[in-house]
Amino acid sequence: MRTRRRIAPSAAVWLLLGAAYFLLPLLATFLFSLRQLQTGHCCTVASYTWVIHNSEFWQTLKLSVELALETIAVSLVIFVPTVYWVHLKVPKLRAVLAFMALIPFVVPPIVLVVGLLNFYKGSPTWFYGQPWGFLVAAYVILAFPYMFFSLDSGFRAIDVHTLTEASQSLGASWPRTLLTVILPNIRAAALAGSFLTLAIVLGEFTIANLSLFHTFPIYLQYVNETQAYAAGATTLVSFGITWAAMLSLLFIGRKRGQRAAFIGGAR
Amino acid sequence: MLIGAFKGANGGWTTSNVSQLVHQPYIQAYRESIEISGVTALLGGAIGLALAYAAIRDGTPRWIRSLLTTFSGVAANFGGIPLAFAFIATIGTIGIATQFMHNQLHLNVWQGADLFTKTGVEIVYLYFQIPLMVLVIAPAIDGLRREWREAASNLGANAWQFWRHIGLPVLMPSVLGALILLFGNAFAAYATAYSLTNGNVYIVPVVIGAYYTGNVFNNPHLGQALALGMFVVLVAMMLLYIPLQRRAARWAK
Repeated sequence: MRTRRRIAPSAAVWLLLGAAYFLLPLLATFLFSLRQLQTGHCCTVASYTWVIHNSEFWQTLKLSVELALETIAVSLVIFVPTVYWVHLKVPKLRAVLAFMALIPFVVPPIVLVVGLLNFYKGSPTWFYGQPWGFLVAAYVILAFPYMFFSLDSGFRAIDVHTLTEASQSLGASWPRTLLTVILPNIRAAALAGSFLTLAIVLGEFTIANLSLFHTFPIYLQYVNETQAYAAGATTLVSFGITWAAMLSLLFIGRKRGQRAAFIGGAR
Repeated sequence: MLIGAFKGANGGWTTSNVSQLVHQPYIQAYRESIEISGVTALLGGAIGLALAYAAIRDGTPRWIRSLLTTFSGVAANFGGIPLAFAFIATIGTIGIATQFMHNQLHLNVWQGADLFTKTGVEIVYLYFQIPLMVLVIAPAIDGLRREWREAASNLGANAWQFWRHIGLPVLMPSVLGALILLFGNAFAAYATAYSLTNGNVYIVPVVIGAYYTGNVFNNPHLGQALALGMFVVLVAMMLLYIPLQRRAARWAK
């Protein structure tokens, strides 16, 4: 029985209210960013020109992007071989890793940074005093659950044992197996984890603020406090970055689904 | 951190940091934190449930559902500094919506100053709480069969009776789990509240932040004790959740 029914009135009301609540702030921020500094009236693109010509904007954005890339690289180097090894040799440890991956979800970032600042207090300055030391170490922990759960689902979708045995019986070494056989097969999962990590690092404020590093979100907060209309522009840029990262993620997810079906069909 | 919480300023062992927590003003910070998290978890949970059901139920076109889940996936990741500013630009004192209401509609119900208080923090938190609820509860709503609703209305039940006796009990285990998640999500939030109020809302993460970044009161050990207290609250929520969950799921065999 598939009769086409009209949308229920109460459902329509709920959805409209929801849409208004979620779209209004975005629209208002856009209108706000077009206001003139002196008069407060519409419409000028002065805020956007100001942002484009602001060197601090580019410096902090560059720092945050570099930190994000470093976090992604470090997490991939640590977690890809680990998850591979666990899937191949010690599947019992999977549950332990999954439990550990939940810890950064449960522990609030503010608690995490308090603990880390205390733990690393005696470490050398090249680590403790530099964003690419301390901050990346903290971000790898933050990224761990996202990386682990994407990689884990990626590894579950492929036949790790058959691929490894085939590669080794053809004489490939462990590093070669990992790089040329396993990695291309979990590429989509690794990319998904990387995009999530990118979105997290580019928006992370708590840890950077408490450890006194000047990253992009810290700069956003500084603009919010000092330049109202320009803050509208930087806010929209930041929303744009989150949107781009999340939509790429959805796009990869869709492609991954298709590819899984393709492999299944070929076999 | 555990060790740091029990250390004094001069390096000796002490329980004074931890014992200070149960007195004013710190107990007030926990109270405010728990209140904000509780209110936004319950409200966000109820609204998120209603939205998800409105999008999934019979009669709503499929594209609305995929639009809602896609948007929720993104919006649940909004937060922090940009989100706070989006609300300042909308319903702050010089926000677009505030000025529109004042100048065009001549309504003076909302002046905008309340955005920078606890109420404002709660309004803003809902922006990421509702989408999170939609994402978490959507699979459970898929499990509500259309036949149940039809059977109930054949037996003469109205919408309220359906939800009271069938819908909510079936969804209860998932709803409870989602509420815990939402509570923890709001409890841990720091950047949004800090940015919105410039550190003038008295919740635990903001107080910890002040002890680490402030020039006036720099007291990391008290900050560590406060962080330990947050962890204890979260563990207590988990422990409360287990028996509730068991009771809610007792018939679902």
